Amino acid sequence: MEIAEELAKHQKAISVAEFFEKNRQILGFDSAPRALITTVKEAVDNSLDACEESDILPDIFVQIKRRGEGFRVVVEDNGPGIVGSEVPRVFAKLLYGSRFHALKQSRGQQGIGISAGVLYSQLTTGRPTAVTTKIGPTHSAGRWELMINTATNEPEVLKTEETDWDRPHGTRVEMEMEGSYVRSRRQSIYGYLKNVAIVNPHARITLVEPDGNVEVFERATDQMPRPSYEIKPHPLGMELGGLIKMLRYTEKKKLKGFLQGTFSSVGAIISSEICERAELDPEMAPQDLTHAEATRLLAAFKGMRLKSPPTDCLSPIGEELIRAGLEKEYRVDFVATATRPVAVFSGNPFQVEVGLAYGGELKADGKVDVLRFANRVPLLYQQGGCAITHAIENVSWKSYSLSQPGGGVPTGSAAIIVHIASTNIPFTSESKDAVADVPEIVAEVELGLKEVGRKLRRYLSKKSALSERKEKEEIIRKLLPRISKKLAELLERDEPDINPVVAKIMGNLLVRRSVVSENGKTAVTLLVANYGDAVRAFKLHETVSVEAGSVEPPARVIPLGDGYDHLWKVSLRPGEKQKIRYTVPSEGVSFSEPVVEGVPSELVSGAKAVG
Amino acid sequence: MKEAAVTKERLLGLAETLYDQFEKGIVPYLALPSRTKRNIEYDQEGEVWVYGDQESVRSVKTVRGAKSVLKTSYLVELLINEHLKNNRGSTLREIYYISENWDVAKFGEQAESDRLVEDLEILTSLLREDFHVRPEEDGATVFGPLTISEKTRRGERTIHCQEDVGEAGYQIPFNVDNVEFKDHDAKFVVAIETGGMHARLIENGFDQEHQAILVHLKGQPARSTRRIIKRLNEELNLPVVIFTDGDPWSYRIYASVAYGAIKSAHLSDYLVTPAAQFLGVQPTDIVNYDLSTDKLTDQDLQALRSELTDPRFATDYWKEQIQLQLKLSKKAEQQAFAGKGLDFVTRVYLPERLSEMGMI
Repeated sequence: MEIAEELAKHQKAISVAEFFEKNRQILGFDSAPRALITTVKEAVDNSLDACEESDILPDIFVQIKRRGEGFRVVVEDNGPGIVGSEVPRVFAKLLYGSRFHALKQSRGQQGIGISAGVLYSQLTTGRPTAVTTKIGPTHSAGRWELMINTATNEPEVLKTEETDWDRPHGTRVEMEMEGSYVRSRRQSIYGYLKNVAIVNPHARITLVEPDGNVEVFERATDQMPRPSYEIKPHPLGMELGGLIKMLRYTEKKKLKGFLQGTFSSVGAIISSEICERAELDPEMAPQDLTHAEATRLLAAFKGMRLKSPPTDCLSPIGEELIRAGLEKEYRVDFVATATRPVAVFSGNPFQVEVGLAYGGELKADGKVDVLRFANRVPLLYQQGGCAITHAIENVSWKSYSLSQPGGGVPTGSAAIIVHIASTNIPFTSESKDAVADVPEIVAEVELGLKEVGRKLRRYLSKKSALSERKEKEEIIRKLLPRISKKLAELLERDEPDINPVVAKIMGNLLVRRSVVSENGKTAVTLLVANYGDAVRAFKLHETVSVEAGSVEPPARVIPLGDGYDHLWKVSLRPGEKQKIRYTVPSEGVSFSEPVVEGVPSELVSGAKAVG
Repeated sequence: MKEAAVTKERLLGLAETLYDQFEKGIVPYLALPSRTKRNIEYDQEGEVWVYGDQESVRSVKTVRGAKSVLKTSYLVELLINEHLKNNRGSTLREIYYISENWDVAKFGEQAESDRLVEDLEILTSLLREDFHVRPEEDGATVFGPLTISEKTRRGERTIHCQEDVGEAGYQIPFNVDNVEFKDHDAKFVVAIETGGMHARLIENGFDQEHQAILVHLKGQPARSTRRIIKRLNEELNLPVVIFTDGDPWSYRIYASVAYGAIKSAHLSDYLVTPAAQFLGVQPTDIVNYDLSTDKLTDQDLQALRSELTDPRFATDYWKEQIQLQLKLSKKAEQQAFAGKGLDFVTRVYLPERLSEMGMI
């Protein structure tokens, strides 16, 4: 026998289930803590997707119980339930699902998630997964015990029965598995659900932890997210193999009709232009295209100026709900949000939303928290390899008042949240931990970050102007008077007049009177100085018990009952000073404090301010 | 030491400067030389390192500056009305505690009050002894053929630093200027970083055999230690060598004795012994004597690199030694000589190094 024939004996097909049995890390089951998180994540994603499709406000219950060496994971929802005949394949057949072929924004896509959890459960404990589901109040609930036949990737139903369930509709999954429960880190079930709650403010999620502790992530809105729609593929997103497959299996009879009916952004005019460019007959049957002709057709796609794909297929969270979600889970001083317009990469529409929370309970030391989301699903692992992180690192945060020692993720008491919504999120791997570095996505994320960065800078500069004013108040009210008192005590002199110094520090208008007596006459000088950075125009009143003489510049004099009000109109540019002089007899004259009319009192030193 | 009257006058002068600034409408400030590595320069005349022209200004424009000026006024008041008037004194630590009653002028930590005392020294060109402020730490100990007399509160004592003292040696008071040198039979002074090596030299009778005065530095030396070394060098005309571990931190000990410390460069004239020579452990000794070593840590490497930009180490000798050590990436302790026998350091290493340096 030839060697090749010998070898051929050993070659056989591998089932998908067997493949994943040996490569569990691909699906996110590579460590004990992570296996639990991934299972909960897949079940919760399914529940949220199902509720949204049925317009039901999600109410999700998650319980983790210790069971011997391992754990029992229960996830229950109030979703639409699952038709009995579908249950075994939904849970116990890999790559079975409703969303893989649909171009639509949804959490799950491949139909691997929950069945991978079932597989992991049976691999580590040998026990079946129990599913209870009910599709409406008039139906009875069904209960299944399921396993996956790993050789054939077909479900095995161990037991099925009708049962009573007090929910009107919903689904409950219970499985046992090896794992380890951690709480403290962000990469934990608690951390995951907290992040889910931030971007799904319409959901209520209850978590019962192994020690019996109950955490409720309450809903922040009763408003369902905008439903996402299924769209046709965009020509720019096509690859040759996909195109050939679509050509072969289409029901359309003519190439022209195929192009119009299959793709988005393609109408009658565009479709005939494509055919012209590809030098193909619009009337020919799509099934008859040769490989070379299909290649020309694809090339024609790329050369066209096409409208962007429709964007209403996406369901962004919205700035208001991002804010509500952040404020619900974090106590912070400030939140900025930004929603970018819909953009396109390789024919796939996508939209970026960014939120930035600042201050409050967020720790000031260390890197800022980065919360990454794709289609409302938190991404917990491989932060360093993610396009979102790279975009954050590309931004120069110093210009937005966050320090960024040595580049990279900035530091400070802030949290950055980035959500990417798309019909097709380009992940770096099947475990969906990180978004691939697609230039269009990185650029959009950067623009969103800069937008919230600008808002943060504005907020902080306003805040620092306020605190600067506060600091100055402390100096003039608390510190300067004490310094002058202490110095006067030491030198055994009168306390110095601190008004000129106060005026300079505060940028105020200063009025200072100095008096010199000589030859039975008293010469008075009023110094008026503007230390502020704006022009000050005001009236200065000097009330003296007698009428003043040699007044320079001249004043308007208004006799009062017990004295005379001398009035000057003064206008001073920033930094300008003026001296006013007059004389009075040395005996029997009394002054009152000078009055400034027309400058707010906190901007005046050494005089009384009146409106 | 200055007369109390002079001290009081200078402190009041400081208060008057601030008072006048208020009167003239100048926002009050105090200007001090900035006490950083970049602002020390070599003074040709005194052969020591002193502060340059860069100033740091403490203005009441900021809360920090205003608090600092307020604390200065409180401290000046304490020094005049408590210390000078009643001929009392406080330790640096006591000053920190006294400030408990100063309300917003209270010191946050002792380092702050220590610094402010140094600031006052600079602003008045006086010494903290003039303010009757004492350090916490003990002075160094001296062992060797030297007779001194010390003015104590209980009268004058005359002490021979070998015959009248125990194994620990003569402990110098914090105010070294109360000590007078009476007589000596010494040829040179060895200042030693560690207590272990100090004791080794005494046990091996190095002081007797070589007529050496041994001064224990106790790590980074106190002011009094540096002052007594300077006086031994200048008044008795004795050469001084410094014997430390072979690592970057020990070179700084040498630098503070021979060139002055960055923090107290204003006292360089009073504390620094420019003639002091570095004995070892040199990086070249690590190679020549094949000493047991430790690997340099990241901090060590950083300290060595920082010394390469320190003006005090900008000589060919130090550049060569530091570059060599960076290449070796190793350091050695003084006590590493014990690996060659307890007598090796006094029989072989010190005599070899000292004759190399022309001391014996």
